[in-house]
Amino acid sequence: MFNYVERRRLWFTISAIAILPGIIFMIYSLATNGTILPLSIDYTGGTLWEMRFQQPVAPTDVRQIFVDNGYADTVAFNVENDQTVQVKFKNIDISEKTVLIDALEAKFGPLEERSYRSIGPSIGSEVSRAALLAVIMASALILLYIAWAFRQVSHPFRYGTSAVIALVHDVLVTVTFIGIMNLVAGWEIDALFLTAILTVIGFSVNDTIVVFDRIRENLKRHRGESFAMVADRSLVETFQRSVATQITALLVLVAILVLGGASLRQFMATMIVGLVSGTYSSLFNATPILVAWEEGSLFSRKKSGSSDVAKGKAVAA
Amino acid sequence: MMHEWEPSGSKNYRMRNNNTLVLVGIVILFLISLYIVLPIQHPAWMEGALSFGRETPIDLTELKLGLDLQGGTQVLLQADVPEGQELDSGTMDTAKLIVENRVNGMGVSEAVVQKVQGEDRIIVELPGVNNPDQAVETLRSTGQLEFVEPAGVQLAQGMIVNTTNNPNKVEEFQKGVEEGTLEPAPTPYPDQVFETVMTGDILRNALANQDQYGQWQIGFELTNDGSDQFYNYTRDHIGDQLVIVLDGRVLSAPRINGAIRDNGVITGSFTKDEAESLAVQMRYGALPVPLKVVDISTIGASLGHDSVQRSLRAGIIGMIGVLLFMLAIYRLPGLLADIALVFYIVFNLAIYKLLPVTLTLPGIAGFILTVGMAVDAKILIFERMKEELRVGRSIRLAVEAGFSRAWPAIRDGNLSTLISAAVLWWFGGIFGASAVKGFAITLGIGVLLSMFTAVFATRTFMRAFLSTSGQKLLEKRELLGL
Repeated sequence: MFNYVERRRLWFTISAIAILPGIIFMIYSLATNGTILPLSIDYTGGTLWEMRFQQPVAPTDVRQIFVDNGYADTVAFNVENDQTVQVKFKNIDISEKTVLIDALEAKFGPLEERSYRSIGPSIGSEVSRAALLAVIMASALILLYIAWAFRQVSHPFRYGTSAVIALVHDVLVTVTFIGIMNLVAGWEIDALFLTAILTVIGFSVNDTIVVFDRIRENLKRHRGESFAMVADRSLVETFQRSVATQITALLVLVAILVLGGASLRQFMATMIVGLVSGTYSSLFNATPILVAWEEGSLFSRKKSGSSDVAKGKAVAA
Repeated sequence: MMHEWEPSGSKNYRMRNNNTLVLVGIVILFLISLYIVLPIQHPAWMEGALSFGRETPIDLTELKLGLDLQGGTQVLLQADVPEGQELDSGTMDTAKLIVENRVNGMGVSEAVVQKVQGEDRIIVELPGVNNPDQAVETLRSTGQLEFVEPAGVQLAQGMIVNTTNNPNKVEEFQKGVEEGTLEPAPTPYPDQVFETVMTGDILRNALANQDQYGQWQIGFELTNDGSDQFYNYTRDHIGDQLVIVLDGRVLSAPRINGAIRDNGVITGSFTKDEAESLAVQMRYGALPVPLKVVDISTIGASLGHDSVQRSLRAGIIGMIGVLLFMLAIYRLPGLLADIALVFYIVFNLAIYKLLPVTLTLPGIAGFILTVGMAVDAKILIFERMKEELRVGRSIRLAVEAGFSRAWPAIRDGNLSTLISAAVLWWFGGIFGASAVKGFAITLGIGVLLSMFTAVFATRTFMRAFLSTSGQKLLEKRELLGL
């Protein structure tokens, strides 16, 4: 036995290190932007316009055109190559767009529109609300489902709750990641981020269920053992599977990350971080929490498993 | 002590027969699916049979690509009702119909017009449109056509005027110009309200065409009542201007040379796009309520094409990686799992063609992801099998035990992923966020198929293989990855 579960303080510390920057970042973001996370136009409304010219163009020059036309709050940068510029500014109407196209083409020559996205502010706030609702709904449904699936064990809701705690951990780790990437590369939260989060939730719980299922089975098989020992055993037994699955998922995700287009890059990176965190949290967060809860040592300093092992030995003899 | 024993002779035989049936069934299903997936023309009877009662038979040649992959525009239109005014449910239906007519009138193939949850929104998808801005303008312009009395002043094309139905047009227009949202246009009569004598109701049809000099114009046909009205008006106003106004902008103001009855032509300096756009608006009538664009997304064809290329490459390389990995770690069972995985991929693609599923870029990512995850179910089964073998069970029983023990975990785990997919699908549906929805669909289909192939394909292969060469394998334990 590797005493995974006993070392829970170690695992929780690692988790804290992964999560704390995220929380700090959210506070920082709240102070500077007014939102806890850097939001893309999907949630704030605005326009994102990617245009390609026939010669290299400096983003600052492009930005100037927008500023001259009254859009002071404009951000522009190169994407993919120097001929392609992506501009972000407020939400506009089609007639305004025509005015801008004329101005841009007058200065830089023919413009090829690679992509254009303009979202009204009302839609943006609706999407935000729906996104939050989606995460809560998914978590609640999953909690209920696990409680039902594990209804035959002694405290099914503990299983569900431990899984949800692991899931919250994963969300926070992903937020930390986005926070760092925001500071480093200006990444923002868009609708695909939400997609990544919900998928991570789904898979994280998937992992957790595999471990819990093993615990459930081992509880029946090894009745004499303490819960902690059963959990340890289950972790060891499922370890190779968890790693193998992680590797196959990472193989495909990294392939898309590296070879897929720029538009998927942020999505894939977020998924990778989330999935790795998901496996980690299933093994090293959800299980120790469950064990500690079952043993009543969640908030006390009692070393988990010690007294129960003695009891166990007495029963089996 | 429990004693492991092999099933007796006849039961063995029956089990093997059942398994062979399933195996044959799966292989046939695979071959059919493979045929469906191939990008070739399929026989008409097949397309008919697989349409399952749809009006138009399904086209099985190509996979359907979403707007972000083939290029196109998606617009979310919302009814622009003034504060406090209620929207009639019939109104949006009419609006949707008119928008649909206009879209069809523009000749956009495979366009989609749908009402969105929330009663006051319409989503329009325009694949492969070259000039999306003009197209959107055509769709959402109110399209209110009026014939007005010039009341003694000279009016010309391009002027903005107030009309009976639009008495504050000039004021609104000037505000727009100040804000920079509208391009300036002449407004020589800002305080005058011109009387509307006839509206677009009198039109039966309108078509854009060119005259003998190549100038674009709009030919129109009048209804029976319209004919009478028009005839009377033109007869009484010979020598005056016939001022035609669309949404407050003077379209044309030709001089009336004689009484006109059934049809006529609107001339002016129109480009081809303008003439066609106007003809479409006039043809289908005015929108009952103004529509504003609250969300518009255009992906250029070049970007779409790039995305397809790249994701294809990424997907193929990723999948090959997974196949090799399975082979390396699990040896022979890994090979069988790889075959099952190939079946899995083909089944997925066949379903995409049959439903049909419109693939978006995140949808493709979702599919590739499920390939990576579909392996999970097989890994669970194999790990169980190896355990059983280590304990000393016979191969045949180890296979069965592996499946039955692993199944609860597979089922419960995949269901939680399905919950996520369902929530995502709901979320994407509200805003017509086809990207999110596309991902949810491929994820959901992938998870369901993964469970199916784990139970049917992998197990069947293992059983079939073992019944033929099981004993030999037990000796060569390395082949099993033990």
